[in-house]
Amino acid sequence: MNLIAKRYSVLPGFGLSLGYALFWLGLIVLLPFAALALTASTLGWTAFIEQVSAPRVLASLQLSFGAALIAAAVNALMGFLVAWVLVRYTFPGKRFVDALIDLPFALPTAVAGIALTTIYAPNGWLGRYLEPLGVKVAFTPLGIVVALIFVSLPFVVRTVQPVLEDLEKELEEAATCLGADRWQIFRRVIFPAVLPALLTGSAMAFARATGEFGSVIFIAGNIPLVSEIAPLIIISKLEQFDVAGATAVAVVMLALSFFVLFLINLLQWWTARRHGMK
Amino acid sequence: MQTTESRPVRFALTALTLAFLGVFLVVPLAAVFWEALSKGWDLYAAALVEYEAWQAIKLTLIAAAIAVPLNLVFGVAAAWAIARFDFRGKSLLTTLIDLPFSVSPVVAGLMYVLLFGVNSAIGGWLAAHDIQIIFAVPGIVLATVFVTFPFVARELIPLMQAQGQEEEQAALVLGASGWQTFWRVTLPNVKWGLLYGVILTNARAMGEFGAVSVVSGHIRGETNTIPLHVEILYNEYNFVGAFACASILALLALVTLAVKTYVEWRIERQHTASLIRTQQAREALA
Repeated sequence: MNLIAKRYSVLPGFGLSLGYALFWLGLIVLLPFAALALTASTLGWTAFIEQVSAPRVLASLQLSFGAALIAAAVNALMGFLVAWVLVRYTFPGKRFVDALIDLPFALPTAVAGIALTTIYAPNGWLGRYLEPLGVKVAFTPLGIVVALIFVSLPFVVRTVQPVLEDLEKELEEAATCLGADRWQIFRRVIFPAVLPALLTGSAMAFARATGEFGSVIFIAGNIPLVSEIAPLIIISKLEQFDVAGATAVAVVMLALSFFVLFLINLLQWWTARRHGMK
Repeated sequence: MQTTESRPVRFALTALTLAFLGVFLVVPLAAVFWEALSKGWDLYAAALVEYEAWQAIKLTLIAAAIAVPLNLVFGVAAAWAIARFDFRGKSLLTTLIDLPFSVSPVVAGLMYVLLFGVNSAIGGWLAAHDIQIIFAVPGIVLATVFVTFPFVARELIPLMQAQGQEEEQAALVLGASGWQTFWRVTLPNVKWGLLYGVILTNARAMGEFGAVSVVSGHIRGETNTIPLHVEILYNEYNFVGAFACASILALLALVTLAVKTYVEWRIERQHTASLIRTQQAREALA
């Protein structure tokens, strides 16, 4: 009975606010999840395995996760660099650049998709210079990676930035006094402190990129077995009224998102504990 | 003492960063407006006043006008419960609120199709009573509410936790009722964070593509939002039309970023002001 016992507080409205929040959470979030779980449970193991191991489905899952992994890795590196430059150096227009980082959060994915496709098409602004070099971006898996880098760009920057800002200058000064050079300081002092945030940000970027749909379908070309992503498989199965097939793919994607979510929580717990020890 | 890199290193890293951001952020943004206006202002304007584009804009506004207030009230209620009280299962509740962020929009759309589609119990009942949710406006609104669910709560919870509840307690001690405290103390304190949460919810609500695409049914002039209309025009090689509609959404994104920057500046200022006030109060007491 004591499941939601609150500690004493003088403020009113606990029952009302929590009740309302739980009601909406149930209606909007939990009910649809229950519908998915219910449909999935009627599938049965053999049907599920059969659906998921179909060559086209396997290829799409591999592509979605693989491209997301590459995009997350690129963003881990570049996002760290961007955060570093924004926190530590000054240059004209810095405030403007800082505001621009969130553009992928604010720009609708379909808009990003058609813009990137136009730029990287063989006659596009960048595509025309890449084409003679033999690099094809639009309508290939490389294009998918480019789109995923765009949509997940802010995550690493925004998780690493506050940690870099909070780093104590004294630690670096002490290290310098003890004879460490810049590279040693970076490797031994700065990087370990930033690592949990960097991993958290990368995991978030990965999670976002695996499920991404809008920006990818335009640039991907959507060739079966080559550049067809998992969310597109769900949609095309649904259009053919193959509800079981769509559900099976969705379950795999959800399982992975939950795993990443669990990982992120673990990382945040790790970060909190490290900060608590200081 | 040298606690920064040498000049050439700093310069090279800054240049590399700006080049990366230029290619990945500025070029796509510029391309949207460039392509939209590539055939002149007349065609641009014509693409926007066209009947189907206009219907799409209207539907997008309706969906956002329903989804944003719903999530606003939810977000405030959830933030009040989570930031002002301690109860068991609080971290579980926070995780569940964030859940829509970690679900692919397409999977979200699919869940609603499974819930309200003809094969489900609810769907059967709805069909018998001639109520359509999937492939109709209610489905679009529900999918929009789902994908924008966490935004307001997520902005408010850390803000309210950081501010603490001393001011609210003081108001209650002075005889204010619960609602008075909420309207006169809590709300003014969090108004900037709340504004940003709403703006973000709105931007995402108007721009959502994957989830809405699954539940909309793509009926032209009826269940097409702006992003879906952009897709249709683009696939028909009507690039000016597609980019013209896309440019409205890009403008919305720029407004969102501007508001965000302004709000951050306000919160920072509010924070500094309250620090100064505390300092002055201490000095007055001393």
